Amino acid sequence: MKKRARFRWVLAPVAAFHVLILCPGFFAPYDYAEQNRELPFAPPTRLHFVDTLGSWHFRPFVYRWSAREDVFAAYAYQEDRARSYPLRFFVQGARYRIAGIIPSSWHLLGADGEAPVFLFGTDNFGRDQFSRFLYGGRISLLAGLLAALISLTVGGVLGGLSGFYGKWPDSVIMRIAELFLTLPWLYLLFAVRAFLPLAISPQQAFLLLVLVIGSIGWAKPARLVRGLVLSVRERPFVLAARGFGASDIYLLRRHILPEAYSVLLTQAAILVPQFILAEVTLSFLGLGVAEPAPSWGNLLSNLQKVNVLTSYWWMAIPALALIPVFLGYHWLAEGLQAKLGVAPL
Amino acid sequence: MTRLLKCGWVCVITVFGTVLLTVAASWSATTALVKEELLTTTSGIGPSGGRLVVALRAEPKTLNPLTATDAPSREVLGRLHADLIHINRGTQKTEAALARSWKVSPDGRSYTLELRRGIRFSDGQPFDADDVVFSFQVYLDDNVHSPQRDLLVIKNKPITVVKIDSYTVRFNLAEPYAAAERLFDSVAILPRHLLETAYKQRELAQTWNLATSPAQMAGLGAFRLKEYVAGQRVVLEKNPYYWKQDSRHNRLPHVNELVFLFVPSEDAQALRFQAGETDILNRIGADNYGSLVAQQQNRRFKLYDLGPGLEDNFLFFNLNDLSNKSLPQIARKQEWFRNLKFRQAVSAAADREGIVRLVYQGRATPLWGNVTPGNRLWLDTALPHPSRSLERARQLLREAGFSWMPDGALIDALGQRVEFTIAVSSSNAQRSKMATIVQDDLKQLGMKVQVVPLDFRALVDRLLKSSDYEACMFSIGSGDADPNGEMNVWMSNGSTHLWDLGRSKPATPWESEMDQLMEQQLTTLKYTARKKLYDRVQEIVAEDLPIIPLASPNILVGAKSSVGNFQPAILDPYTLWNADELYVNSDALAQVR
Repeated sequence: MKKRARFRWVLAPVAAFHVLILCPGFFAPYDYAEQNRELPFAPPTRLHFVDTLGSWHFRPFVYRWSAREDVFAAYAYQEDRARSYPLRFFVQGARYRIAGIIPSSWHLLGADGEAPVFLFGTDNFGRDQFSRFLYGGRISLLAGLLAALISLTVGGVLGGLSGFYGKWPDSVIMRIAELFLTLPWLYLLFAVRAFLPLAISPQQAFLLLVLVIGSIGWAKPARLVRGLVLSVRERPFVLAARGFGASDIYLLRRHILPEAYSVLLTQAAILVPQFILAEVTLSFLGLGVAEPAPSWGNLLSNLQKVNVLTSYWWMAIPALALIPVFLGYHWLAEGLQAKLGVAPL
Repeated sequence: MTRLLKCGWVCVITVFGTVLLTVAASWSATTALVKEELLTTTSGIGPSGGRLVVALRAEPKTLNPLTATDAPSREVLGRLHADLIHINRGTQKTEAALARSWKVSPDGRSYTLELRRGIRFSDGQPFDADDVVFSFQVYLDDNVHSPQRDLLVIKNKPITVVKIDSYTVRFNLAEPYAAAERLFDSVAILPRHLLETAYKQRELAQTWNLATSPAQMAGLGAFRLKEYVAGQRVVLEKNPYYWKQDSRHNRLPHVNELVFLFVPSEDAQALRFQAGETDILNRIGADNYGSLVAQQQNRRFKLYDLGPGLEDNFLFFNLNDLSNKSLPQIARKQEWFRNLKFRQAVSAAADREGIVRLVYQGRATPLWGNVTPGNRLWLDTALPHPSRSLERARQLLREAGFSWMPDGALIDALGQRVEFTIAVSSSNAQRSKMATIVQDDLKQLGMKVQVVPLDFRALVDRLLKSSDYEACMFSIGSGDADPNGEMNVWMSNGSTHLWDLGRSKPATPWESEMDQLMEQQLTTLKYTARKKLYDRVQEIVAEDLPIIPLASPNILVGAKSSVGNFQPAILDPYTLWNADELYVNSDALAQVR
């Protein structure tokens, strides 16, 4: 009971996070590519409740950033307290499409007038980091999810065949799987990426990224599924079905693979964050989606520069935001294990 | 016993006497014959001793001046060798070096150089006209494949060298050539006594590599090689025979050692400088400069913003004749690129001020022509600087027959959407940022532009060989301020006429005018007349936009406060060009001791 309750607590934020990320247009105040050339590396906008006269406002308000002339640093800002801009919800802004289809221009958050709201500050081009984080998350999460789907499908099928038929198919498939397991995946990713053309559109780059990541991660689920199938196919109910003349395909589909369902689900919760990390790594090293499209990896790649790391702390927020996502998936995997009664992996 | 002692005394005296005699004889043989003609500099006087540590961005590939093409090798070699006539990086003008003086014949085709007498290579061997003749013979030899050869061949005819006497040489040019004395800059004079055998055996390209022992190398530069530690550093020591002295007759260089550390990234270089591990910071990016400036007060270093250098970053379109190449996609888009109004619209939409602010943190200069304000002698100051205007850009596009779809996308007269890619070198972060800004600017005109970062070598391959690109962001950083160095760029048959290569005759009227102007300035000897011709070239570039100039970054350098005579310049090699005059302050020296 206790475990079950905890599982629900974990599932809710993970699900919420996915909604947030998969509809970035509504939650992000701005378009990810919108540049504010007057405000490069502006710090996060502060939300105020108390104005300069000391009176309290229930509706939070913001001030504009204005460049400081008195400091001998490249980009220094101070709040222009001359005018305050109350924060508004459900405002009209940049156009976007919900799930890529329905056009809309409603945004959750915005301020009156000309004052931009940068919750995570801005980057080198004055682009809103928060919007870029959400849009970048769409690419990174989607890459993780799709890649996990690919590798689970491949792993499930190959593992199922291997376990069910045994003998030489089993040996061949499992030797290949072992080969994939022993390969250092990061170098393999580099090698595969090096074969691909560099000049490709962001959509193609994304698909390739998913394919590359997904196609090298199938070995572990394949081994797990094989082990499971090996034991299940000797179970009495399978033997009985076989005795009644069931075909191989029927046996696999009806009796054996459903047993692997819980293993695959748990594996998914483990693989998704791994694959997100793979995408982040590739993009961090400049091999993922190209500018101006964001992904968590290329948001973090800004931090490769020492001066960014030391001068603009808010550029590290995307890194911090990765932690709850990964923790969420980790707990999800644990919860699934407990709930579905799968042995710890 | 006494006899033995006596005998001993006699021996000692005889030995001592012979030693004395030989020393005296050898001394008179070399110095009594020719007096050493040292060059006396006017630089500030400083203590001698100490060492300077500088970071190099990469390990040099070779120490052979005949084959070196990479910047780190040339940086080191520049300190090991000397040239006949040198361009003073501070004044951008020529000055005497190994040649004490030179005379130009009235027709501008013959240069007679008086060599400095009595000076020696860093191994103590004397230098004379034979070394000069040998050096030029080697540079001009086709089999050596030296990169300097191109410079020394004028109109397909190599310069010829004649030895008049041991200290006079004459260079003959097939055609009159403006400012030909600038050609001698950075052409290292080689020691014939060390390299002639290798040259005759055709092994010159393999000599003087990174494994060669310092004893087998010699040059006329301020320093000589002491030690090469692969992957870590190259150490140079003072050349005791160097041919310059300060006004108090102390032989230069002041410092005993010059150490180049191999520090691969610019960030690491900035950090090492900040930590005091290096004495001089040779050109850094604006972002690192920005964070170092903030700490300038409480640390013992000083940073210098020298203003714009000679680097010109620009965007250009593929205007090559693609009829023989199977690139129909690009050939179709060339309809737009060839349209002057299209190029003008792109230029009008480019936010040069934004580039300066966002890419270079304000430490750069927007450009509207091919010559940067750093090039004081040649800049055409009358060139217009039209401010950015999306309105004018749209107007130009409309005039050129473009229109807009309801969703804002730009289409040409045939209804084709305007989409193209801009190739940039992936190793140049600044240019990638620039491309991202221009991409956004053009998006506002309805153009869909994609930035494609490519490995530098792959990019150059596409530019020079396959012509498989649509637009490209690039820069040409010439080493010298003189327009002759850009002959290859502006002549329509030039090897770096980037936008349209391999034409036998100019493709457009303005290109043929440019050809004429460049030819003419090459043979005009008077500066004012040349300047007028080159001004017109700059006008053509600004009007017809074969390249769309964007910005020129400032040269940013730094040095410890203890480094004396530090006079950085905007010409390469920015800081170490007067390495022979640099010194380390005595308090700093005392601390080291």
